[in-house]
Amino acid sequence: MNPLWIGVIGSSVALFALRYSGYLIPEKYLTNPRMLRINTLIPVALLSALVGVQTVTEKGSWVIDQRLAGVAVALVALMLKAPYFVVVISAALTSALLYRL
Amino acid sequence: MNRATASQSLSVSFTVGLYGTAFGAASIAAGFSVLQTCLLSLLAFSGASQFAVVGVMGAGGTAIAGIATASLLGVRNMLYALRMAPLLRVSGFKKVIAAQVTIDESTGVALSQEKLGTEAMKQGFWLTGFGVYIFWNIFTLLGALGAKAMGDPSAWGLDAAVPAAFLGLVWPRLTNKLERALAICALVLAVLLSPVLSAGLPIISTVVLAVIFGWKVRR
Repeated sequence: MNPLWIGVIGSSVALFALRYSGYLIPEKYLTNPRMLRINTLIPVALLSALVGVQTVTEKGSWVIDQRLAGVAVALVALMLKAPYFVVVISAALTSALLYRL
Repeated sequence: MNRATASQSLSVSFTVGLYGTAFGAASIAAGFSVLQTCLLSLLAFSGASQFAVVGVMGAGGTAIAGIATASLLGVRNMLYALRMAPLLRVSGFKKVIAAQVTIDESTGVALSQEKLGTEAMKQGFWLTGFGVYIFWNIFTLLGALGAKAMGDPSAWGLDAAVPAAFLGLVWPRLTNKLERALAICALVLAVLLSPVLSAGLPIISTVVLAVIFGWKVRR
Protein backbone atom coordinates (compact mmCIF):
# COMPACT_ATOMS: atom_id res chain seq x y z
CA MET A 1 0.00 0.00 0.00
CA ASN A 2 1.08 3.56 -0.77
CA PRO A 3 2.70 5.10 2.35
CA LEU A 4 0.53 8.22 2.03
CA TRP A 5 -2.59 6.06 2.37
CA ILE A 6 -1.08 4.35 5.42
CA GLY A 7 -0.48 7.82 6.90
CA VAL A 8 -4.07 8.92 6.19
CA ILE A 9 -5.76 5.80 7.53
CA GLY A 10 -3.32 5.19 10.39
CA SER A 11 -3.57 8.70 11.79
CA SER A 12 -7.37 8.68 11.42
CA VAL A 13 -7.65 5.40 13.34
CA ALA A 14 -5.15 6.51 16.01
CA LEU A 15 -6.91 9.83 16.59
CA PHE A 16 -10.32 8.24 16.86
CA ALA A 17 -9.02 5.59 19.27
CA LEU A 18 -7.51 8.29 21.48
CA ARG A 19 -10.70 10.32 21.60
CA TYR A 20 -13.03 7.39 22.07
CA SER A 21 -10.92 5.94 24.86
CA GLY A 22 -11.31 9.23 26.72
CA TYR A 23 -15.03 8.49 26.96
CA LEU A 24 -14.35 4.99 28.29
CA ILE A 25 -11.56 5.52 30.82
CA PRO A 26 -12.60 6.59 34.33
CA GLU A 27 -11.28 10.12 34.89
CA LYS A 28 -9.28 9.26 38.03
CA TYR A 29 -6.64 7.40 35.99
CA LEU A 30 -5.46 10.45 34.12
CA THR A 31 -5.50 13.29 36.59
CA ASN A 32 -1.89 13.07 37.77
CA PRO A 33 -0.79 16.74 37.67
CA ARG A 34 2.63 15.86 36.25
CA MET A 35 1.05 13.96 33.35
CA LEU A 36 -1.36 16.81 32.69
CA ARG A 37 1.49 19.31 32.66
CA ILE A 38 3.61 17.22 30.31
CA ASN A 39 0.58 16.78 28.08
CA THR A 40 0.14 20.52 27.66
CA LEU A 41 3.84 20.86 26.83
CA ILE A 42 3.98 18.11 24.17
CA PRO A 43 2.20 20.20 21.49
CA VAL A 44 4.54 23.13 22.25
CA ALA A 45 7.60 20.93 21.67
CA LEU A 46 6.30 19.14 18.56
CA LEU A 47 4.90 22.23 16.83
CA SER A 48 8.08 24.23 17.53
CA ALA A 49 10.17 21.36 16.17
CA LEU A 50 8.01 21.33 13.04
CA VAL A 51 8.53 25.08 12.59
CA GLY A 52 12.31 24.62 12.74
CA VAL A 53 12.53 21.56 10.51
CA GLN A 54 10.17 22.97 7.88
CA THR A 55 11.96 26.32 7.81
CA VAL A 56 15.66 25.49 7.58
CA THR A 57 15.99 21.85 6.53
CA GLU A 58 15.34 20.00 3.31
CA LYS A 59 15.77 16.24 2.92
CA GLY A 60 17.94 16.04 6.04
CA SER A 61 20.25 18.96 5.22
CA TRP A 62 20.29 22.48 6.57
CA VAL A 63 19.13 24.90 3.89
CA ILE A 64 18.71 28.66 4.26
CA ASP A 65 16.34 29.97 1.58
CA GLN A 66 13.21 32.06 1.04
CA ARG A 67 11.34 30.05 3.70
CA LEU A 68 13.33 31.68 6.51
CA ALA A 69 12.30 35.14 5.33
CA GLY A 70 8.68 34.01 5.05
CA VAL A 71 8.67 32.64 8.60
CA ALA A 72 10.34 35.81 9.89
CA VAL A 73 7.48 37.82 8.37
CA ALA A 74 4.98 35.41 9.98
CA LEU A 75 6.67 36.01 13.34
CA VAL A 76 6.33 39.77 12.94
CA ALA A 77 2.67 39.34 11.94
CA LEU A 78 2.04 37.26 15.08
CA MET A 79 3.73 39.87 17.26
CA LEU A 80 1.41 42.46 15.72
CA LYS A 81 -1.53 40.16 16.68
CA ALA A 82 -2.50 39.52 13.05
CA PRO A 83 -5.15 36.82 12.49
CA TYR A 84 -3.93 33.32 11.62
CA PHE A 85 -4.85 33.68 7.98
CA VAL A 86 -2.84 36.85 7.52
CA VAL A 87 0.12 35.15 9.19
CA VAL A 88 0.13 32.20 6.79
CA ILE A 89 -0.55 34.24 3.66
CA SER A 90 2.05 36.90 4.42
CA ALA A 91 4.65 34.15 4.90
CA ALA A 92 3.65 32.45 1.64
CA LEU A 93 3.73 35.71 -0.34
CA THR A 94 7.12 36.69 1.09
CA SER A 95 8.72 33.39 0.17
CA ALA A 96 7.09 33.40 -3.27
CA LEU A 97 8.34 36.92 -3.94
CA LEU A 98 11.93 36.12 -2.94
CA TYR A 99 11.83 32.89 -4.91
CA ARG A 100 10.88 34.81 -8.06
CA LEU A 101 13.61 37.43 -7.67
CA MET B 1 -31.15 27.47 23.01
CA ASN B 2 -28.90 30.07 24.58
CA ARG B 3 -28.21 32.83 22.05
CA ALA B 4 -24.89 33.95 23.49
CA THR B 5 -23.60 30.36 23.39
CA ALA B 6 -24.92 29.82 19.87
CA SER B 7 -23.31 32.97 18.50
CA GLN B 8 -19.97 32.21 20.17
CA SER B 9 -20.05 28.65 18.79
CA LEU B 10 -20.80 29.87 15.29
CA SER B 11 -18.08 32.52 15.22
CA VAL B 12 -15.48 30.09 16.54
CA SER B 13 -16.59 27.47 14.01
CA PHE B 14 -16.30 29.77 11.05
CA THR B 15 -12.95 31.30 12.01
CA VAL B 16 -11.36 27.95 12.76
CA GLY B 17 -12.99 26.33 9.76
CA LEU B 18 -11.30 28.88 7.50
CA TYR B 19 -7.89 27.44 8.45
CA GLY B 20 -9.03 24.34 6.62
CA THR B 21 -8.02 26.16 3.43
CA ALA B 22 -4.42 26.33 4.66
CA PHE B 23 -4.49 22.63 5.52
CA GLY B 24 -5.99 21.66 2.16
CA ALA B 25 -3.29 23.59 0.31
CA ALA B 26 -0.46 22.30 2.53
CA SER B 27 -1.61 18.72 2.08
CA ILE B 28 -1.64 19.00 -1.73
CA ALA B 29 1.79 20.68 -1.62
CA ALA B 30 3.06 17.72 0.43
CA GLY B 31 1.98 15.32 -2.33
CA PHE B 32 -1.31 14.01 -0.96
CA SER B 33 -4.27 13.68 -3.34
CA VAL B 34 -7.50 15.69 -3.00
CA LEU B 35 -9.28 12.54 -1.77
CA GLN B 36 -6.60 11.79 0.84
CA THR B 37 -6.65 15.43 1.96
CA CYS B 38 -10.43 15.42 2.41
CA LEU B 39 -10.37 12.06 4.20
CA LEU B 40 -7.84 13.41 6.68
CA SER B 41 -10.19 16.27 7.51
CA LEU B 42 -13.27 14.01 7.64
CA LEU B 43 -11.70 11.19 9.65
CA ALA B 44 -8.62 12.42 11.53
CA PHE B 45 -10.27 15.84 12.09
CA SER B 46 -7.64 17.47 14.29
CA GLY B 47 -5.87 20.50 12.83
CA ALA B 48 -2.41 20.24 14.36
CA SER B 49 -2.27 16.45 13.88
CA GLN B 50 -3.32 16.74 10.25
CA PHE B 51 -0.70 19.40 9.57
CA ALA B 52 1.85 17.13 11.27
CA VAL B 53 1.05 14.09 9.09
CA VAL B 54 1.39 16.04 5.87
CA GLY B 55 4.38 18.01 7.17
CA VAL B 56 6.34 14.96 8.28
CA MET B 57 5.46 12.78 5.29
CA GLY B 58 5.84 15.64 2.82
CA ALA B 59 9.41 16.09 4.10
CA GLY B 60 10.13 12.42 3.38
CA GLY B 61 9.24 10.92 6.75
CA THR B 62 7.80 7.41 6.98
CA ALA B 63 4.11 6.71 7.58
CA ILE B 64 5.00 5.51 11.10
CA ALA B 65 6.77 8.80 11.89
CA GLY B 66 3.77 10.76 10.55
CA ILE B 67 1.24 8.70 12.51
CA ALA B 68 3.35 8.86 15.70
CA THR B 69 3.66 12.65 15.55
CA ALA B 70 -0.08 13.03 14.83
CA SER B 71 -0.93 10.70 17.71
CA LEU B 72 1.31 12.50 20.18
CA LEU B 73 -0.41 15.74 19.22
CA GLY B 74 -3.78 13.99 19.53
CA VAL B 75 -3.31 12.80 23.12
CA ARG B 76 -4.83 16.05 24.31
CA ASN B 77 -8.09 15.12 22.56
CA MET B 78 -8.26 12.09 24.85
CA LEU B 79 -7.91 14.36 27.88
CA TYR B 80 -10.66 16.62 26.52
CA ALA B 81 -12.85 13.53 26.12
CA LEU B 82 -12.21 12.63 29.77
CA ARG B 83 -13.30 16.12 30.78
CA MET B 84 -16.39 16.08 28.54
CA ALA B 85 -17.62 12.54 29.37
CA PRO B 86 -19.30 13.39 32.71
CA LEU B 87 -20.88 16.50 31.16
CA LEU B 88 -22.28 14.90 28.00
CA ARG B 89 -23.20 11.47 29.47
CA VAL B 90 -23.46 9.95 26.00
CA SER B 91 -23.76 6.28 25.11
CA GLY B 92 -23.88 4.07 22.02
CA PHE B 93 -23.60 5.76 18.65
CA LYS B 94 -23.86 9.20 20.23
CA LYS B 95 -20.59 8.45 22.02
CA VAL B 96 -18.92 7.78 18.66
CA ILE B 97 -20.16 11.13 17.34
CA ALA B 98 -19.14 12.97 20.51
CA ALA B 99 -15.66 11.42 20.28
CA GLN B 100 -15.25 12.52 16.67
CA VAL B 101 -16.05 16.18 17.45
CA THR B 102 -14.00 16.33 20.68
CA ILE B 103 -11.40 18.94 19.72
CA ASP B 104 -9.71 22.04 21.18
CA GLU B 105 -12.55 24.33 20.15
CA SER B 106 -15.63 22.29 21.19
CA THR B 107 -14.07 21.61 24.59
CA GLY B 108 -12.93 25.22 24.94
CA VAL B 109 -16.35 26.70 24.15
CA ALA B 110 -18.09 24.16 26.43
CA LEU B 111 -15.81 25.01 29.36
CA SER B 112 -16.19 28.74 28.81
CA GLN B 113 -20.00 28.43 29.23
CA GLU B 114 -19.63 27.17 32.81
CA LYS B 115 -21.35 30.23 34.29
CA LEU B 116 -24.43 29.68 32.11
CA GLY B 117 -25.01 26.15 33.38
CA THR B 118 -24.59 22.59 32.09
CA GLU B 119 -27.20 22.94 29.35
CA ALA B 120 -25.29 25.84 27.80
CA MET B 121 -22.04 23.89 28.15
CA LYS B 122 -23.50 20.91 26.28
CA GLN B 123 -24.96 23.19 23.64
CA GLY B 124 -21.58 24.91 23.21
CA PHE B 125 -19.86 21.55 22.78
CA TRP B 126 -22.23 20.19 20.15
CA LEU B 127 -22.69 23.41 18.17
CA THR B 128 -18.97 24.14 18.04
CA GLY B 129 -18.07 20.51 17.35
CA PHE B 130 -20.47 20.22 14.41
CA GLY B 131 -19.81 23.78 13.25
CA VAL B 132 -16.04 23.34 13.05
CA TYR B 133 -16.51 19.91 11.45
CA ILE B 134 -18.68 21.32 8.65
CA PHE B 135 -16.61 24.47 7.94
CA TRP B 136 -13.25 22.69 8.34
CA ASN B 137 -14.22 20.10 5.75
CA ILE B 138 -15.69 22.60 3.28
CA PHE B 139 -12.60 24.81 3.46
CA THR B 140 -10.24 21.83 3.26
CA LEU B 141 -11.84 20.89 -0.05
CA LEU B 142 -11.63 24.48 -1.32
CA GLY B 143 -7.97 24.78 -0.27
CA ALA B 144 -7.09 21.45 -1.87
CA LEU B 145 -8.84 22.30 -5.15
CA GLY B 146 -7.26 25.75 -5.16
CA ALA B 147 -3.76 24.34 -4.67
CA LYS B 148 -4.42 21.68 -7.31
CA ALA B 149 -5.47 24.35 -9.80
CA MET B 150 -2.14 26.12 -9.29
CA GLY B 151 -0.25 23.06 -10.48
CA ASP B 152 2.97 22.27 -8.63
CA PRO B 153 2.79 24.51 -5.52
CA SER B 154 6.53 24.21 -4.84
CA ALA B 155 7.24 25.86 -8.20
CA TRP B 156 5.63 29.04 -6.80
CA GLY B 157 7.98 29.28 -3.82
CA LEU B 158 5.03 29.40 -1.43
CA ASP B 159 6.76 26.90 0.85
CA ALA B 160 7.00 29.21 3.87
CA ALA B 161 3.25 28.68 4.35
CA VAL B 162 3.66 25.34 6.13
CA PRO B 163 6.18 26.40 8.82
CA ALA B 164 4.19 29.63 9.24
CA ALA B 165 1.05 27.53 9.79
CA PHE B 166 2.85 25.61 12.55
CA LEU B 167 4.16 28.84 14.04
CA GLY B 168 0.62 30.21 14.13
CA LEU B 169 -0.58 27.05 15.90
CA VAL B 170 2.13 27.10 18.57
CA TRP B 171 2.08 30.87 19.18
CA PRO B 172 -1.06 31.03 21.40
CA ARG B 173 0.40 28.22 23.55
CA LEU B 174 3.49 30.23 24.49
CA THR B 175 1.95 31.90 27.51
CA ASN B 176 4.86 31.74 29.96
CA LYS B 177 8.66 31.65 30.14
CA LEU B 178 8.83 27.86 30.49
CA GLU B 179 6.80 27.31 27.33
CA ARG B 180 8.84 29.83 25.37
CA ALA B 181 12.10 28.23 26.55
CA LEU B 182 10.78 24.79 25.61
CA ALA B 183 9.72 26.05 22.18
CA ILE B 184 13.20 27.40 21.42
CA CYS B 185 14.96 24.27 22.74
CA ALA B 186 12.67 21.96 20.75
CA LEU B 187 13.16 23.97 17.56
CA VAL B 188 16.96 23.96 17.92
CA LEU B 189 17.13 20.26 18.87
CA ALA B 190 14.99 19.16 15.92
CA VAL B 191 17.05 21.24 13.46
CA LEU B 192 20.35 19.93 14.90
CA LEU B 193 19.16 16.31 14.71
CA SER B 194 17.81 16.61 11.15
CA PRO B 195 21.03 15.60 9.36
CA VAL B 196 21.56 12.56 11.62
CA LEU B 197 18.08 11.07 12.13
CA SER B 198 15.64 10.04 9.40
CA ALA B 199 12.80 12.49 8.63
CA GLY B 200 10.15 12.74 11.34
CA LEU B 201 12.30 11.38 14.18
CA PRO B 202 13.94 14.74 15.00
CA ILE B 203 10.42 16.07 15.61
CA ILE B 204 9.25 13.13 17.73
CA SER B 205 12.45 13.24 19.79
CA THR B 206 11.49 16.63 21.20
CA VAL B 207 8.82 14.90 23.30
CA VAL B 208 11.74 14.11 25.65
CA LEU B 209 12.17 17.85 26.16
CA ALA B 210 8.46 18.23 26.98
CA VAL B 211 8.82 15.49 29.62
CA ILE B 212 11.94 17.11 31.12
CA PHE B 213 10.37 20.57 31.19
CA GLY B 214 7.09 19.27 32.63
CA TRP B 215 8.65 16.95 35.23
CA LYS B 216 9.62 19.56 37.81
CA VAL B 217 6.63 20.62 39.90
CA ARG B 218 5.98 24.30 39.46
CA ARG B 219 4.05 26.89 41.47
